[in-house]
Amino acid sequence: MAIQRADIEKLCYLARIDLTEDTAADTAAGINRVLELIDQLRAADTAGIAPLAHPLEETQRLREDRVEEKVDRDALQAVAPAVESGLYLVPRVIE
Amino acid sequence: MHDLTLAEMCDGLARRAFSSIELTRHLLARIAAANPRYNAFITVDEAGALARAETADARLAAGDAPALCGVPIAHKDIFCTRGLRTSCGSRMLDNFIAPYDATVVERLAAAGAVTLGKTNMDEFAMGSSNETSYYGPVKNPWAPDCVPGGSSGGSAAAVAARLAPGATATDTGGSIRQPAALCGITGLKPTYGRVSRWGMIAFASSLDQAGPMARSAEDAALLLQAMAGFDPRDSTCLDRPVPDYRAALDQPLAGLRIGLPAEYFGAGLNPGTARAVRDALAEFERQGARLVDIRLPHSDLAVPAYYVIAPAEASANLSRFDGVRYGHRCANPRDLRDLFMRTRAEGFGAEVKRRILVGTYCLSAGYYDAYYHKAQQVRRLIRQDFLDAFAQVDLILGPTCPNPAFAFGAKGGDPVAMYLEDIYTIAANLAGLPALSVPCGLVDGKPVGLQIIGNYFDEARMLAAAHGFQRATDWHRRQPEALAEAGA
Repeated sequence: MAIQRADIEKLCYLARIDLTEDTAADTAAGINRVLELIDQLRAADTAGIAPLAHPLEETQRLREDRVEEKVDRDALQAVAPAVESGLYLVPRVIE
Repeated sequence: MHDLTLAEMCDGLARRAFSSIELTRHLLARIAAANPRYNAFITVDEAGALARAETADARLAAGDAPALCGVPIAHKDIFCTRGLRTSCGSRMLDNFIAPYDATVVERLAAAGAVTLGKTNMDEFAMGSSNETSYYGPVKNPWAPDCVPGGSSGGSAAAVAARLAPGATATDTGGSIRQPAALCGITGLKPTYGRVSRWGMIAFASSLDQAGPMARSAEDAALLLQAMAGFDPRDSTCLDRPVPDYRAALDQPLAGLRIGLPAEYFGAGLNPGTARAVRDALAEFERQGARLVDIRLPHSDLAVPAYYVIAPAEASANLSRFDGVRYGHRCANPRDLRDLFMRTRAEGFGAEVKRRILVGTYCLSAGYYDAYYHKAQQVRRLIRQDFLDAFAQVDLILGPTCPNPAFAFGAKGGDPVAMYLEDIYTIAANLAGLPALSVPCGLVDGKPVGLQIIGNYFDEARMLAAAHGFQRATDWHRRQPEALAEAGA
């Protein structure tokens, strides 16, 4: 099922990836090629089959709700584009 | 010295036949000479490597040496390495200096290994040819106009060109096995949950697994021994005992039941590849194994199911790259929306964007049931095929790839043509099963890989089978003509 330009724009917004005019056509063509591939799943008979999320059917391991490690904020923020007083700086959100 | 196997290097270092400093300097010099040709490394850490080599030599002299003390290795640039750039082959992380070591890196360092540097890879591990890296493609040492495979193309080329005796790599749909096959080396993807993913940049969390690449099953066993085991920091890492892989290598092959899926020997398989694989199977029979025809009926659904699940999981995992806390940030963002959208448009390459968008589509309202839920149901069918097969056989063998290494650009920009290179490898990731590739022949001077798929946590038996094959054959000892001509 091929998708149209308007659908691509909606996906780009959901994925927060800017779509430039010159790449729009190639992007759409590539995605449609993949959709052709995955549409082959429609023919599969999966009646009554439960979905498999974890390949070994394990469930999430839990641990005690106890502080177990110390996080070195300065070391982790050393790689940040812009920080101040331990906070990450971004463009103003609310005018 | 670079022709020594990893095992021989361990032995030579322990006997003080040579020092880690000598060995490390030798390999660093080879890398400096060879990297313009192969582009296998993104970052080389000469100072760090020599410092670690010196420490290793001190421990060897003191008789306090762990298993891999002083052996130089390379890490795929998907593993965080403290203080060293960790790029994941992407512009998005070109400026990212990892603040910590991945568990895999920590464990190999604790075993005494010396890190030479970070190897090139397809961007965010998405690819089968190492053509999508921000740092340029990697050349196959066997045929420099051909791809090395991907996404672990740099690790594969580094080992094949004898720039490192071993390297770490990752496999989500075949990214260890396929480049191992195309570069004529041994690569193993462990059982899902065998090796910790902590500090390994995530592509598809239910499929990703770290594993070793080296020139033999014995060498792979030594690396896997150091890498495997429970890690509380990775909630998908399973707590199962780790066997002594090296001790188990000499188990004879007599009585082994080997399954041959009809679906892996059908249309689309290169005739030269098929011949090489059949010859390899004859060797297993000679050693007492029994070949059994089996079926994996849902095989043709593996690639479609994977290209729903992997992109869907990738769209979630790559949402963290937003220009706020690390990595690339676009210049002069107008507002928050512009920050996110332009950062990600600039930071990601075309293949990564395509997969994120496909994944977003499959998870979006109105399409989730038809695609993601459906793919998860198919995933259970594929897993069940293997469980049924392992009731009758111990191992499943077949070709790793449908063709030997192809030329750059050969897939003509058709993403699906590229995806079909993983047609035999993908199912093992969907089922979470361990699988490895060993070299078993040459077609037009290019390597062919034999794939061995095992049952859950059966890596010891798989490595023993591979070792038995390698004791009687010499495909794993062959090297590209260009390398042999260049001399020591």
